[in-house]
Amino acid sequence: MDSILQFIIDNIEMLYILVFAIFLGMEVISKVPTVLHTPLMSGANAISGVVVIGAIILIRNTNPGNYIMLIIGMLGIALATVNVIGGFAVTDRMLHMFKKKKK
Amino acid sequence: MENPILDFLYLVCIILFIIGLKRLSHPDTAKKGNMIAGFGMGAAILITMFYPMENESNNYLWIVGGLILGGIIGFTAAKKVKMTAMPEMVSLFNGLGGACSMLIAAVEFYNLPEGTPMMSTEVLTIIFALFVGSIAFTGSIVAWGKLDGFLRDSLVLPAPQVINIIMLVAVLVLSGFIMVQPELNFTLVIILLIVCLVYGITFVTPIGGGDMPVVISLLNSFTGIAAAGAGLIYGNQVMIVGGIIVGASGTILTVLMCQAMNRSLFNVIIGGFSGSGSSSGSDREQVVKEASHSDTAIQLKYSNKVMVVPGYGLAVAQAQHICHDLEKALENEGVEVKYAIHPVAGRMPGHMNVLLAEADVPYPKLLELEEANEQMSTTDMVLVIGANDVVNPAAKEDTGSPIYGMPILDVELAGTVIVLKRSMRPGYAGIENPLFFGEKTKMLFGDAKDSLGKLKEEVGNA
Repeated sequence: MDSILQFIIDNIEMLYILVFAIFLGMEVISKVPTVLHTPLMSGANAISGVVVIGAIILIRNTNPGNYIMLIIGMLGIALATVNVIGGFAVTDRMLHMFKKKKK
Repeated sequence: MENPILDFLYLVCIILFIIGLKRLSHPDTAKKGNMIAGFGMGAAILITMFYPMENESNNYLWIVGGLILGGIIGFTAAKKVKMTAMPEMVSLFNGLGGACSMLIAAVEFYNLPEGTPMMSTEVLTIIFALFVGSIAFTGSIVAWGKLDGFLRDSLVLPAPQVINIIMLVAVLVLSGFIMVQPELNFTLVIILLIVCLVYGITFVTPIGGGDMPVVISLLNSFTGIAAAGAGLIYGNQVMIVGGIIVGASGTILTVLMCQAMNRSLFNVIIGGFSGSGSSSGSDREQVVKEASHSDTAIQLKYSNKVMVVPGYGLAVAQAQHICHDLEKALENEGVEVKYAIHPVAGRMPGHMNVLLAEADVPYPKLLELEEANEQMSTTDMVLVIGANDVVNPAAKEDTGSPIYGMPILDVELAGTVIVLKRSMRPGYAGIENPLFFGEKTKMLFGDAKDSLGKLKEEVGNA
């Protein structure tokens, strides 16, 4: 019990951020026309590739001689980058089609 | 170690993500929103590469190598994929993001300094990232397989609910067991990882292919949460806030999609469309009337108002352009043509809108469900092109039907219904459609692209 209380005290700012981010995420998206559901899902999916940052941090802290870790880290970066680049590119392609019809 | 300028720039990246998402939810600003979010991501990656760290050894070559490799694969895949295969692609991308969270969590477990107490929030965070990341990974792969068609719905697990509860309990027990150990037992971590991966498979497998859009959206929010979990491991604000925002918005989007189908999320996950409906199409006479191209064309030409109901079949046949051509030909003859878009037509909400926009169909011609139904009684002819479940009257009449309660397009209110379909096979939900046997209905069998082409020709000739 004490450890839980201590955790709350130590991480109170983090908890604030978490709570606000949850509400922000729900509010940002609550009014979306159906037409945009697919591109929006795809765009949000690209943002979830933000985990690539974790893989970069991981690799930067790895001993240069530790090849197994470096390969795993690079694999992680590559996977997440596919998610990021692919996600944004696919979203852009979808949205491009909406643009055309306006003219 | 900290660097005030870079920390501030991280904050700017978060703001860019939020503005990007906000703009993505309005049609006029969506394209810019996507660019803004992408720019934020690029900036965040650059900042992370140069952020000062303790015991940094950088290994920039490995980082850049990974970025280039992933960038090329991602970009090529995104450019080459057909519009029809978009949902699968998003699912696959999503799975890879989840895999990255999983890898990070596994490595951080391995790297835990000796003597780290196992009963700590640190270990709990890593377990959390491992769990959510691996479910998002294998779950998305299964969803991808189901949409792509190499995994069929016939793959049925015996008593899926029981299996899933057992898996969840196994995950909890194993996690608890890892945390009560005096020191790190990496073998247990590997076992946990495997159980989590299998859980992702058993979680998605029982869910029917028709519900995959909802599942992809749900797994997308899982990936966000997994990224936030990995962010907690490093105390990285961009990852935490970015991940949580995707997690929260993904959940909202999932709920919106469920609402469009008039089902609860719980119902989608537990129930699924289980095979053929129990007692569908009970009283209707099972006689199918076939239409010919020339008759249909003449009838179309002398209608005042025609409503097109597109579905996944239109996407598969790549018939959106020829459909637009037929629409133009009819408009030249003075026929009013509208498109009725069901919120879940196709494999994803908005799928049909994207497809028709590709073919330059003017935006005001696309009617949403309610508006379309209001106009249905003044419509002379309805062309159902490759749609099935979204016009299935069983959703209104047959309480035993798995799609009972889903709002549908009331095409039977119109004068005549022509259904373009390849065969009498049931739709993706795997249920019979009494509409096909209806009094006002005629079937026009064949590939949608061929049929529409012939119709267009006949309209020109007649």
